[in-house]
Amino acid sequence: MSLFKAEAAKSAFFTIRQSGRPVEPGERWLFGLGMGGIALFLALFVLLPLCTLFLRSVYDRDGAFVGLANFTAFLEAPTLVRSVVNSLSLSLLTTVITVALAFLYAFCLTRTRMAGKGLFRLLAQIPLLAPSLLPAIALVYLFGNKGILRGLLMGESIYGPIGIVMGEVFYTFPHAVMILTVALSTSDARLYEAAEALGAGAWKRFVTITLPGVRYGLISAVFVVFTLVVTDFGVPKVIGGSTNMLATEVYKQVVGLQNFGMGAVVGIVLLVPAVLAFAADWFWQRRQMALLSARSVPFQPRENPVGDRLAFLFCALVGGLLLGLLGVAGFASIVTFWPYNLTPTLANYDFAEFDAAGWSSYANSLTLAFWTALAGTAIVFAGAWLVERAPGRAAMKGAVRLLAILPLAVPGMVLGLAYIFFFNAPWNPLGWLYHGMAILVLATVAHFYTVSHLTAVTALKQLDAEFEAVSASLKVPVWTTFLRVTVPLCLPAILDIAIYFFVNAMTTVSAVVFLYAPETKPASVAVLNMDDAGEVAGAAAMAMMIVLTSAVVRALHALLSRVLQARTQAWRHR
Amino acid sequence: MIRRTTLLGTCALALLAAVTSATGAGAATRLTVYTALENEQLTPYKKAFEADNPGIEIEWVRDSTGVVTAKLLAEKDNPKADVVWGLAASSLMILDTQGMLMPYQPKGAEELKTGFRDAKTPPAWVGMDAWMAAICFNTVEAEKKKLPKPASWADLLKPEYKGQIVMPNPASSGTGFLAVSGWLQTMGADKGWSYMDKLNDNIALYTHSGSKPCKMAAAGEYPIGISIEYTGAQQKTKGAPIDVILASEGVGWEMEATAIVKGTQKAEAAKALADWAASRKANEQYVNFYQVTAHPGVTKETPNYPKNAEAAMNKTNDFVWAAANRDRILADWEKRYGAKSEPKS
Repeated sequence: MSLFKAEAAKSAFFTIRQSGRPVEPGERWLFGLGMGGIALFLALFVLLPLCTLFLRSVYDRDGAFVGLANFTAFLEAPTLVRSVVNSLSLSLLTTVITVALAFLYAFCLTRTRMAGKGLFRLLAQIPLLAPSLLPAIALVYLFGNKGILRGLLMGESIYGPIGIVMGEVFYTFPHAVMILTVALSTSDARLYEAAEALGAGAWKRFVTITLPGVRYGLISAVFVVFTLVVTDFGVPKVIGGSTNMLATEVYKQVVGLQNFGMGAVVGIVLLVPAVLAFAADWFWQRRQMALLSARSVPFQPRENPVGDRLAFLFCALVGGLLLGLLGVAGFASIVTFWPYNLTPTLANYDFAEFDAAGWSSYANSLTLAFWTALAGTAIVFAGAWLVERAPGRAAMKGAVRLLAILPLAVPGMVLGLAYIFFFNAPWNPLGWLYHGMAILVLATVAHFYTVSHLTAVTALKQLDAEFEAVSASLKVPVWTTFLRVTVPLCLPAILDIAIYFFVNAMTTVSAVVFLYAPETKPASVAVLNMDDAGEVAGAAAMAMMIVLTSAVVRALHALLSRVLQARTQAWRHR
Repeated sequence: MIRRTTLLGTCALALLAAVTSATGAGAATRLTVYTALENEQLTPYKKAFEADNPGIEIEWVRDSTGVVTAKLLAEKDNPKADVVWGLAASSLMILDTQGMLMPYQPKGAEELKTGFRDAKTPPAWVGMDAWMAAICFNTVEAEKKKLPKPASWADLLKPEYKGQIVMPNPASSGTGFLAVSGWLQTMGADKGWSYMDKLNDNIALYTHSGSKPCKMAAAGEYPIGISIEYTGAQQKTKGAPIDVILASEGVGWEMEATAIVKGTQKAEAAKALADWAASRKANEQYVNFYQVTAHPGVTKETPNYPKNAEAAMNKTNDFVWAAANRDRILADWEKRYGAKSEPKS
């Protein structure tokens, strides 16, 4: 409805600039409050805790000031060169593989009319639903020395670079798909029609319209995947064998040696990719034009029997692989003793048998995931909208942008420790947050802020700022435009963000492991504890419960999206 | 649309309320106990203690030794734990040097073996039981590969074991360090390092977790894992075709111990727990899982546990030396073997 008004009123406008809408005094106040709120949130839950931790890098273990001694010690460490080389090369390789696969996958989902799109969307999410232990177990059962398919590795060992790349591709795939699907799903059909009328072939249209259109999403995906791999220690820890990575160095320093100073040093080094990402983001975001102007005509893929079938085959292959890994983990949860006694059993699901907390940790996880999804989505989307749409305050926006990208580069373990140092400090008035569910929720929101923020930004960038300009000229208050135009238009992205928070909160371990209290222990930690105790099958079983829960929520989300889509996204179809 | 969101929110809140109300609160004194005990020990230990001490309730925060120690150290300025029950003595020694423990002589602690408590009076920590470095040997895989059963550390250097052995990285895992410091103490520095040089040639890979090598051996991934005897016994009980071997030269060992955290608001309850943890009754619980306990009078056959564990433990096990030289040893170790790259198969 607003769309028509917008169309009609548009001719009244002569100058349209991004963020250049006139602002009422009341709105200015609101914008200021909002920006301040977001900046304060990020400062309190990202910047200050990290600063508290990084300050440790100039102290030794006994708390004596040592200047840059920790940094020189790090530079002289014999394993450093190799771990930097390993981290960079394996992360690059993973990034190339993941982004290529994810781009094709997202392209099939958005630009073809293949069958089973809803199913494939769900399949792409599988890795998100699973705690990182599941793929590790599955990869060992498949490619380990007793694995079913070890012949495929031709004598190479899974414990090392091969295992790391396989595990990381699995782990990062949904992140890339999520960003790229959002980027690809908004496009202006008029461009394609014009190009076709001018005689441009399919390839030319792809190169000149599609690729430039998703440039921002593509670059975000590359940086997200790269940074995720560089900072992840879960996969290399479990399946990397002796291959040293920078992130496993953090693990060694913090958990192995309890040397927080050195851990902080490696943590600082790990921030480098994020800072680069920020620079690139800043550079590119000035060039991204809105793809969807007020008079856009949504792109509708046409039927193409051969292409659609190829797309289906590709997605079936990728989705099948993802499902296959999950299936192997499911199998792991019902065998008696791998690989010597394969008798199926359900005994592994009797968690009280392995873990004192039994099923209560599962309930804790539900609470955590619910609040994370609710709070996280509201904060992230409002924050992204303010950064993209509020007028002026360039410096503050820059700061918020940087802080929003930062969490991606911070290994969860580093964040968890930083939270202890900051929130448990005797002088901190926020100390009451520590040791409750709230700190787990806040840590999880902060930990997964970046990808959600990028998704929201990608969705928002594709909406023309004219919407606000037009509604302003119609004297519609800005929050009305936000609630009645922006939010409905971005609803698919918003739901994606909510679900992203939910499933990540179900599986997150590395940050919360330092923060949970006896009565808030989440299921993901229980999984780790059980695996620790040698209960691989019990761990797999609890992990499967997490997967099932997330899958059910995901399915509900799909249903809800469909209903909402019909109501708010009808404009995308002709 | 708005109405629908509200409805959704209400439903979710109702669900939450149902979920959270399941965990009720009692009037008892709640002790927050940090621990690295195995999962299966938590319930029996808690039940046994609470049965003897009505009015005190244990709330566990359990994780691996490294994580719990890191958490305790990070919380140093504002401790959240009341008691640490079941953490490596070497970790407690670190906490003690940071002034984080409240020395306390539990009732009856004088009955415990002398090596099993802090030398100071009153002791900062009191031992519970010992665990040690062991070799987990998969008999089924060994049969297939025609590998003889090793009986000593020296056996592991045999060329036929090349690429068949897994051990924990001592920088990531306390168990790994236990083995390394054990070799250095019994063989002396020169022989110890030259032993590890040769052993390194046979090692397929170094893991980050201490129990992982035994689990890998149990699953047949690699036939031999240098790990913890406890994990070995546990895996064997679960049906793994492994033998748990305590090397004939003697093995490095470590103990689990109890300590009260300085600054606890619940000192009386904490002392009650410390008393109980040192009692004969508590040791009768420990012996269900570990053969060597702090109490000299408590013994029992533990299923699938290697025989003569007490005899196999290194006589000269200097925790203070190990703690003082840890950084140096690990730096040396990293220099020599840390860069070992891809596993050789």
